Amino acid sequence: MPRTPLWSWIWAFFCAFYPTLGGCGVKNGTEENPPLRIAVASNAVKVMRHLAREFQDETGHSVSVSSGSSGSLFAMIQNGAPFDIFFSADVLRPEVLDGTSQAVAGSRFTYAKGQLVLWSSHPQPVADGAVLDRVDFHHLAIGNPKLAPYGKSAWEFLKTLDSWQSIRPKLLRGENIGQAFQFVAAGEAEWGLVALSQVLSLPDSAQGTHWIVPHSHYPPILQQAILLKEGVVAQEFVDYVRAEFARRTFQSYGYLMP
Amino acid sequence: MSLRAKFQLLRGDFRLNADLDLPADAVTAFFGPSGCGKTSLLRAIAGLDHHPHSFLQVGEQVWQDKKTFLPPHQRAVGYVFQESSLFEHLSVGGNLAYARKRAFGDTPHFSQSHLTHLLGLENLMHRRPPELSGGERRRVSMARALSVNPRLLLFDEPMSGLDAQRKKELFPYFDALHEELRIPILYVSHSADEVARLADYLVFLEGGAVAGSGSIHDMFTRLDLPLAAGPDAESLIEGTVKHWDEVYGLAQLQTAAGSFSVVHPELPCGARVRLGVAAKDVSLTLNPQSDTSILNRFPATVEALTAYGTAQMTVRLQVGDALLLARVTRKSADTLGLQTGQSLYAQVKSVALLF
Amino acid sequence: MLTPSDLDALVVTLKLALCTTALLLVTGTPIAWWLAHAKFKGKFLVEAVVALPLVLPPTVLGFYLLLTLGSQGANLAFSFPGLVIGSMIYSLPFVVQPLQNAFISVGRRPLEVAATLGASPLDRFFTVAVPLARPGFLTATVLGFAHTVGEFGVVLMIGGNIPGETQVLSIAIYDHVESMEYAQAHWISGGLLFFSFVLLALIYAVNKRVQVVDS
Repeated sequence: MPRTPLWSWIWAFFCAFYPTLGGCGVKNGTEENPPLRIAVASNAVKVMRHLAREFQDETGHSVSVSSGSSGSLFAMIQNGAPFDIFFSADVLRPEVLDGTSQAVAGSRFTYAKGQLVLWSSHPQPVADGAVLDRVDFHHLAIGNPKLAPYGKSAWEFLKTLDSWQSIRPKLLRGENIGQAFQFVAAGEAEWGLVALSQVLSLPDSAQGTHWIVPHSHYPPILQQAILLKEGVVAQEFVDYVRAEFARRTFQSYGYLMP
Repeated sequence: MSLRAKFQLLRGDFRLNADLDLPADAVTAFFGPSGCGKTSLLRAIAGLDHHPHSFLQVGEQVWQDKKTFLPPHQRAVGYVFQESSLFEHLSVGGNLAYARKRAFGDTPHFSQSHLTHLLGLENLMHRRPPELSGGERRRVSMARALSVNPRLLLFDEPMSGLDAQRKKELFPYFDALHEELRIPILYVSHSADEVARLADYLVFLEGGAVAGSGSIHDMFTRLDLPLAAGPDAESLIEGTVKHWDEVYGLAQLQTAAGSFSVVHPELPCGARVRLGVAAKDVSLTLNPQSDTSILNRFPATVEALTAYGTAQMTVRLQVGDALLLARVTRKSADTLGLQTGQSLYAQVKSVALLF
Repeated sequence: MLTPSDLDALVVTLKLALCTTALLLVTGTPIAWWLAHAKFKGKFLVEAVVALPLVLPPTVLGFYLLLTLGSQGANLAFSFPGLVIGSMIYSLPFVVQPLQNAFISVGRRPLEVAATLGASPLDRFFTVAVPLARPGFLTATVLGFAHTVGEFGVVLMIGGNIPGETQVLSIAIYDHVESMEYAQAHWISGGLLFFSFVLLALIYAVNKRVQVVDS
């Protein structure tokens, strides 16, 4: 065994390691068959990953799902991010993109509608929203009404309640619907107005009780998507997402269909 | 081969104008009070600091002038820094090898083994600088400077921080390499003792200029320089050993001043010596004395006089071909009627053999 | 336990950290050297620019990098080279500052000595300055690497979180948490922690020699 210092062995290891990492990235597809790249807002990522897997199994086309906040994805797309389709959590951003050179004009569509639920992680019975009028509690978590569509709708719903004025100071605003959900899950808020899709993603035993807020009581939460680049596979995927199987999948995840 | 230098050093408030013509083959000391610019001058000669309006010629080569500037790594200088400044990341052998690899010219003065033997480094080659003593570090530093095969050696206070004993141990090494090398050596020091022991030529710097330059024997006895104005003023005289008297334990030395008898253990005949004669050990008589215990008596001529303090005088004497300083009371000077040109006799009570 | 996309994220992360660190050492060394030695009136401005990534929030840095590297700018974003450039800017002070401090502590004297021994400027840089500054190089390497591995906001904005191409471990962990896949998040985080610790321990073990020596 040569008496070279340990230091040079470590460097030798890394020098050997580096070439095995290959070229410019570990791609899912191949050069001739690049994957379909979709950008999905964080709150819809679970259902979209499911659909992407099904699509891949059925058609053999690989789909790469990138998630992030709608805002960051939007900024990236404006600066040339190589996505083919953008699934936002709102209407605003696809609307802004529609008509710009970053997106295919007129390809905007609503892929799902969110459902607002009143949720507590404790298995105590909640029959309806009137529980907020009657029961004493410290905090109610909602998404940020300025930023998140769920937050905005939750805000509008709460305004219809008799006890709005006494509820208002007890509101805990999460940065996004995910954070609002975590407030309730962690116990910082006894109640939360969150997405049904979030509650359903928990294992059954942890789901607690929820009350689906009647749709007439709040402005609809539309989640829109827009095609960013023309393409055969992209169009196939768009069609797939609007087809019957996908619709049933969305519903099982807690979304309404448009 | 000689060295000609004209420097105008300017940094903030500090300035120094130096115009030098230095001998080859000699140890030239740059001497002066601290802050006079000795080190700055040395650095300028090495090319570590670039001062415009300067001129430097070493032997036949012009190292810098108005148009050219040879950078330090292209100058064949060996520089021994004040704190030795050995490379901490290399062993002693590594430090020497570093220099050897970058040596100037093709034929080295010394073989590596000769150099390590000369400076007593054989057992130190694998040690690292933090493990060396102060004296050892200096010797390695000298060997390293020599390993580049220099045409000029620069020493910047190489013995600073060493006690008298260590200095004494280093002097022979210095002698040895001066013996073997025939190149100019510039030696910066503020210690008159070191200079007296080692130098042949002295450049005295003060007040931003060269206050005087000349042979060491001349410079030590010049009454206008501070060297002659201290309590330890001394004269330096070169000589050789003529004979050793084993009956009385005396060495007979033939010098430019005349013949000296000095109490000393046996010395080999023909050995070169340098005598240091303290001014306060020299007394003067108008008439030659024979019934006196002082062995060393010489005819002398008064060259110059100057006051020393309020009650004494320093007298510069021409003794044979040498110069000697004597210190007498002002009263005695008046009593003897001392004046320039006067012939009298100098008696030397005690002599130090510097080497 | 770990999905294939998690392993992809691991590979991308390691590649990014290695490339960024190596390139930063190469480009940062001359900058650090200049900052340590140059006597130039505007030097403080350069030092402030180098230190900027320390104080800017990563989201701000990421946003501006997106503008400069995206399609409105150099059009390098969303690719591995773009990630490397963004990471280099993000980790720049973590490499330059330790190197600068190391060069300053080496000082001028060893270099002057080398010059009198016949070493040209480049020679004395490699044979004297670099060996004496070794602790600084070690710190710069470790900090640069670790900082890049932990990068999140910047790499998200200019990378697009594309699995297998620009998705790094820190984002993968975040995605799992967002999707409430906590088990996987635990696994990746634990693995990352373990790997980082082993790497750091190895490097500091090797560096044991270079420290204050008892005189």
